[in-house]
Amino acid sequence: MIKLIVNGETHSVDVEPEMPLLWVLRDHLGLPGTKYGCGISQCGACTVHLDGEAVRSCTLPVSAAQGKRITTIEGLSRDGLHPVQKAWIEHEVPQCGYCQTGMIMTATALLERNPHPNDDQIDQAMTNLCRCGTYARVRKAIHALAEAGAVTPRKS
Amino acid sequence: MTTAVSRREFLKVSAAASGAFVLEFWFPAGSSAAGSADTATEVNAWMVIHPDDRVVIRIARSEMGQGSFTALAQLVAEELDCDWGKVSGEFASPNEHFRRNRIWGSMLTGGSRGIRTSQDYLRKAGASARMMLVMAAATRWGVPPSECTVQAGVITHRPSGRRLRYGEVAAAAALLPAPAEVPLKDPRDWKIAGKPVHRLDIPDKVLGKPVFGVDVSLPGMLHAAIAQCPVFGGKVAHVDASLAQSLRGVKQVVRADDFVAVVADSWWRANEAVKALKIRWDEGGNGHVDNAGIAAMLREGLEAKDLPQARKVGEVGSALAGAAKVLQAEYHSPYINHATLEPQTCTAWFRPDGFLEIWTSTQDGEASMQAAASASGLPLEKIEVHKMMLGGGFGRRGGPQDFVRQGIVIARAVPGTPVKLMWSRSEDMQHGFYRPASLVSMKAGLDAQGRLVAWHTRVACPSILQVLRPQLLAKGGIDFTAVRSFDDMPYEVPHQQVDYARRNGHVPVGFWRAPGQQNAFYRECFMDELAEAAGQDPVVFRQSLLAPDNKERRVLEAVVHAAGWGQPAAAGVFRGVALAAGFGSYTAMVAEVSVSPKGELKVHRIVVAIDSGYVVNPDTCRAQAESNVLFGLGSVLYQENNLKNGRIVETNFNNFRLPQISEMPKVETLLVPSGGFWGGHGEPAILPLAPAICNAVHAATGKRIRSLPLKHHDLRPA
Repeated sequence: MIKLIVNGETHSVDVEPEMPLLWVLRDHLGLPGTKYGCGISQCGACTVHLDGEAVRSCTLPVSAAQGKRITTIEGLSRDGLHPVQKAWIEHEVPQCGYCQTGMIMTATALLERNPHPNDDQIDQAMTNLCRCGTYARVRKAIHALAEAGAVTPRKS
Repeated sequence: MTTAVSRREFLKVSAAASGAFVLEFWFPAGSSAAGSADTATEVNAWMVIHPDDRVVIRIARSEMGQGSFTALAQLVAEELDCDWGKVSGEFASPNEHFRRNRIWGSMLTGGSRGIRTSQDYLRKAGASARMMLVMAAATRWGVPPSECTVQAGVITHRPSGRRLRYGEVAAAAALLPAPAEVPLKDPRDWKIAGKPVHRLDIPDKVLGKPVFGVDVSLPGMLHAAIAQCPVFGGKVAHVDASLAQSLRGVKQVVRADDFVAVVADSWWRANEAVKALKIRWDEGGNGHVDNAGIAAMLREGLEAKDLPQARKVGEVGSALAGAAKVLQAEYHSPYINHATLEPQTCTAWFRPDGFLEIWTSTQDGEASMQAAASASGLPLEKIEVHKMMLGGGFGRRGGPQDFVRQGIVIARAVPGTPVKLMWSRSEDMQHGFYRPASLVSMKAGLDAQGRLVAWHTRVACPSILQVLRPQLLAKGGIDFTAVRSFDDMPYEVPHQQVDYARRNGHVPVGFWRAPGQQNAFYRECFMDELAEAAGQDPVVFRQSLLAPDNKERRVLEAVVHAAGWGQPAAAGVFRGVALAAGFGSYTAMVAEVSVSPKGELKVHRIVVAIDSGYVVNPDTCRAQAESNVLFGLGSVLYQENNLKNGRIVETNFNNFRLPQISEMPKVETLLVPSGGFWGGHGEPAILPLAPAICNAVHAATGKRIRSLPLKHHDLRPA
C-alpha cells in the first residue's frame, strides 16, 4: 500500500510503485482534472504541486510522491476561487481548456515563488503546451496577478 | 412543439447511470442548478425556462475551444430578450435529435460553420419563443400583445404597468402554437449578441470540472489501450498476448482486424500490457512507402497529362506565350497531424437491456451515432451518444469516427461492462487523418506594364473528400478543398486555369483546420514573387488586381493601415503581407519578423483584419484569431509528419513540436464586419499566416520560401 496526501486528505492505494502519479490520481482516486497529454513530460497537462512545486505527474512514479503534499486542480482552493483561477476567468484565458488545469498549476507555483515575474521568467517557467493558442492571455493574466500582488509568496 | 414530458425524458436520458458525466455548466450566483428541474418548461426545442427565470439554451454544435457554445446561446438569447445573467447552456442530445426528426439541424462542428449556418434558425427560435411568452402574458391579462414590451425577461403591459416574468408564463407559452411569421432584429439593435460577454464554459474550465471524453467515469468501468497497425491499411497477422495477459489488472486482450487492445482496471496498466504484446502485422503492401514514395506520387500527378480542370477562364496557353515575362515556381507542404491535446477516446457500454451507450469527444454527434450503429449492427433507436467536452478538435473528430468504431469493438468483448478507450500519444500521432501533403506548380505571365495576364496552376494533392466524403467530389473527381484559393482567386486575371491531380496514397488525410490552406501559402507567396518581377510593392500589386469594392481589398487596406505598411519597422524587423478568403470570411494579415545572423527566425507581431459580415462575440473572435496564429505557427516553423517503412516517423511532442509561450507573437485583431453576410472565425485567420510570415522572411533574407516547415531552410542572410 502506498500512502498519499492529496489535497489535504490521506489515501492508501494498492498500486505498483512505478505507476505514474497521474494515473493514480485519475483512475484510482477519481481526480480527473489533471490531464494526460503526452506521457513524457513534454506538455505539462498533468502538472500538479508536490510540496508546492509544479511537477509533471505523468512521469513521476507514485512512490516518489509518498509523504509529500500533493495538490491537484481540485484542491487548489479550499473555498471559492484561487486568485489565479479568478484571473483566468477575468482574462478569458481557456479555449478548449484541456491544458488549462496544468497551466494554472504551473502559473500558481511560479507566482508563489516569484510574485512579480518578468516576461523572460514567464517564458522560462510556463513551458506547458497549448494547442489552441491561449499563450497571450496566459501572459496577460500572470502580469495582472503580479501587478495586483494577488498571489501570496510561499515561505520556503 | 413538445411538452414538459419530453423535457423530463430528456433530463432522464442526459442523467442516465451517474451524475458524474452530466456536463454541468456555470450557473450564476443566486441561482442553482438543482431544484426546480421538474417544473422547467421547454418553450421550444432550443430552450428550457425555469420558474425562477433561468434559461437553459440547447447547443447542437460541439464545443472544442472555439467558443460557439456561448456565441450560439447569445444569438438565441438576443432574440428571446431574456436576462443574459440567467442563461446557461447544455448540449442537445444526439439521441433526442434522432427521435425528434433532427430538430436541432446539423450537429456537425467544422468548417467554421457553427454560427453562419445556424444563425437564421437560432435567432428565429429565440424570437418565436419571445412572441409566445408575450402572447401568454397578454392572454393572461386579456390585452393585445402589441401593448406589451419585454426587457431582460420581464414582460410589461405598458398602459397598466403590470409585469410578468418569463418564468411565470413559460408553461402557458409552451402550449401556444409557434407563430408563422417571426421578424428578426436588425443586428444594429443587438444588446447581447455582438457583445464580448464572458464565455459560459470558462468558469468550470479553470476548476477542472468539465468532463472531457477521457474523463468519463462509470461504475465498474474498465480501461482500454490500443495498438493499431503501424502501416495504414495493414492488419493483425499474429498476436502473442501471454505476457500481457499475466500483468496486473489485465482483464482481456481484444484482437480485431487491424488493432489489438488490452482491457484493464486502469489505463496505465492497460497500456503497459499493450507494450508487452508481441504482434506480427500484415503490412498490406505499403510497408515500403517513405517520403520519396509520396514525393514521387505527387510528382507523377503534377506532370500527368489531361488532368481535370477545376477552373478555366480564357486561354492560359496563348496568354502565357504572349506575356512579356513569365514566372514559374513549385511549392510543397508535408503531412501534418491535428495533435489534439486530448487523444482520441470513446467509452462504450453494451447495456444489459440491449442498448449501446457511447460517451465521446466528437465534432459531430450525428456521425458518432451513425458510426456506432454501423459498428454495432444495432438500430439507432438502441444507441445513446453523449457528447463530451472536446480537448481540441481542429477537424480530427468530425469526419473520421475511427475511435467510436474501435470503442464499440472493444466493449463488445466485455458485454455489460463500460470500457473507456483512450489512445496513447504515439498512437494518436501515428494514426491521424493528416493535413494532405501537396505539390503545386504555378506559372503566371505579366504584360509589358507589369500587369498579371495569365495564371496556370497545377495541384497534386491527396483528396480529403475521397477519404471522408466521396459523395462530395465534383465532376472529374475534383476535391474543392484541394483547389481552394486557386479556383476562387479574387485577383482580376483574364486567363486562368487550375488542373487537379487527385493522388491518394495509403496515408489517410482529413480536414485539418482550414482544409486546403496550403494553397493560400502557395498563391500569396507566388503573388509576392510576381510583384517583385513587376517591380511593384506587394500591397500595391495586389490592390491593382482587386476591384475597389472587393472585400479582400478592404481587409487588405485595413490591415496595412493598422500595421504601418510603408512606414519603417523597428530596426531589423521586416514585414510580409497576405490575404485570403474562406469559410465565409475575408482575411488579410501583416507579419513582422526578424532573422538573426545565425538564421534564427522570430515572429514578433501579427496584425490581422477579418470581415465576417457580423460578429456575435468579439472577444471570442479575437481568441480565435490568436488561436489560428498559434496553431498555424507550429506548422510554419516545425511541424511535419514523415513516412518511413509505410509508417509515420514522429511519435510524440519531442519530435513533433508545438510552439511554447515564448514563441507567441503579439496578435492585433481588427474585426471589420461589413454586414450583409455571415462568415466564420474558427479557421479564416490561419489562411494568410504562412504566406505573410514567409513573405516577411523574404523581406528579411532575400530568400524565397517555397516549402514548409521553415526548420528545413537555412535563413542566414545570403
